[in-house]
Amino acid sequence: MMSTINQTQDELVEEFGLFEDWADKYEYLIDLGKKLLPMSESFKTEENVIKGCQSKVWLHAEKQGDLLVFQADSEAIIVKGMISMLIRVLSNHTPEEIMKADLYFIDQIGMSQHLAQTRSNGLVSMVKQMKNYAVAFHAIA
Amino acid sequence: MVDKFDIVQVRKDFPILDQQVNGAPLVYFDNAATTQKPQVVIDALNQYYTQDNANIHRGLHTLAERATTGYELTRTKLKDFLNTPSTDQIIFTAGVTAGINLVAQTFGRANFSKGDVILVSNLEHHSNIVPWQMIAQETGAEVQVIPVDEVGVLDMEAYGQLLTSNRVKLVAVNHVSNAIGTINPIKQMIDMAHQVGAKVLIDGAQSVAHFDIDVQALDMDFFVFSAHKLFGPTGVGVLYGKREILESMPPYQGGGEMIKEVSFSGTTYNELPYKFEAGTPNIADVYAFGFALDYLKSLPADAVWEQEKSLLDYATEQLSQIDGLRIVGQAPEKIAVVSFVIDGVHPQDVGVLLDKFGVAIRTGHHCAQPLMARYDIVGTCRASFAFYNTKEEIDLFIKALKRCLMMLS
Repeated sequence: MMSTINQTQDELVEEFGLFEDWADKYEYLIDLGKKLLPMSESFKTEENVIKGCQSKVWLHAEKQGDLLVFQADSEAIIVKGMISMLIRVLSNHTPEEIMKADLYFIDQIGMSQHLAQTRSNGLVSMVKQMKNYAVAFHAIA
Repeated sequence: MVDKFDIVQVRKDFPILDQQVNGAPLVYFDNAATTQKPQVVIDALNQYYTQDNANIHRGLHTLAERATTGYELTRTKLKDFLNTPSTDQIIFTAGVTAGINLVAQTFGRANFSKGDVILVSNLEHHSNIVPWQMIAQETGAEVQVIPVDEVGVLDMEAYGQLLTSNRVKLVAVNHVSNAIGTINPIKQMIDMAHQVGAKVLIDGAQSVAHFDIDVQALDMDFFVFSAHKLFGPTGVGVLYGKREILESMPPYQGGGEMIKEVSFSGTTYNELPYKFEAGTPNIADVYAFGFALDYLKSLPADAVWEQEKSLLDYATEQLSQIDGLRIVGQAPEKIAVVSFVIDGVHPQDVGVLLDKFGVAIRTGHHCAQPLMARYDIVGTCRASFAFYNTKEEIDLFIKALKRCLMMLS
């Protein structure tokens, strides 16, 4: 059975809890970024771009059965690491679950600075866009 | 006046430098974005608000007198600092961006028409591009671009041709490139522009902190800069203009201070500089800025330049030894700024990780997207130095950078 959004968040908090210092955390994050499933090139369209001031994020969403599935990519590896976690938490859930999700793990693993730098990396807009997709797919369901 | 440059004492003058960031000693290499403030500036702000605060120019009471004197004293200090012919050609703005917009909306609107050309360079910051595009669109004038070569030097031959083959009304160029540090040959550029009857605006945002400016010797028509890049407070800028040009320009914003008499049948405007200083200005910060100018004057100028030059040379040498690293902008005449890219590494990742080591640099396009496009890169990592930086800090930076690259590889 699939984990709930909060179960996945708790798993991430636990994983990050194992690291003693920031460098280990970031090495793990960079590793997650490198392992992020490649996004299909056909989805890297102008429409799917979320422009940050310094790096771009691409986000694609589609409905598979009752579930919303996300694919995303970025030019910057740390942002990719963040994307990897956001996809792990939110992808493959129903639009309603995604709409209601409270993303507490980012703060708890000490990565909230990446969502505070609103202009630089597009992550805040990406989270907003994931929620928007959920709202849109929920409305047409 | 000290005749020897005492780096230990100088660093003590900037209290912010002495701190730990993310558990490491702060290395502040983002001076092209903004410089830190000496204690005398911080004290002046405190003193102004604890003892002297009042609105200026019209109050008859003692505090108003003190605040007015303090505010105008900075103008007098600037006359000396820039060697302007008079104090009333010095207009306080909110910064370079505000100064350029002022010139675009007044001088530009009054003088540009269809077929006229405004020349900017490929090295410009967006703030010296967009205001010209806006006024060009309104007036039918056209913005054209002076090209830059591979190492970051402006193509002077192309500049000459652009000047003679167009009806150029204004040349707007930076003295020093914010993104890659090139020092432009502005004396020559101004002389060439004047030969075809064009006026010149020099954006001094990145030059004032590094060398002396003499607006008369350079024959500048307009010169703009920001106090916060010159060890002063944020929110203060200076616009210098030649008298006959400033007098011929219509006012910019309407309001209090900028008028002589107001009636519903018509209003007459105040004289320079007040014609362009509508509303209550940034009194406290202008006042405190004067103390930054005093502080700079107390430093031995040659030693400051030597210090920065040695930092630039050392950083360039150290960075050049890193595999896959390429310095963007290698003009022979440069200020202490090193912009670089690293094969296979996004600048943003470098910036995020360096911060964890306490090192503050700037990454991205540096508000100079046309220049990034010229070199076909998304952005750079930029380390920019001030005289209070040291070689030991460069060592910390290089060590941290190597660790970051290991983490990212």
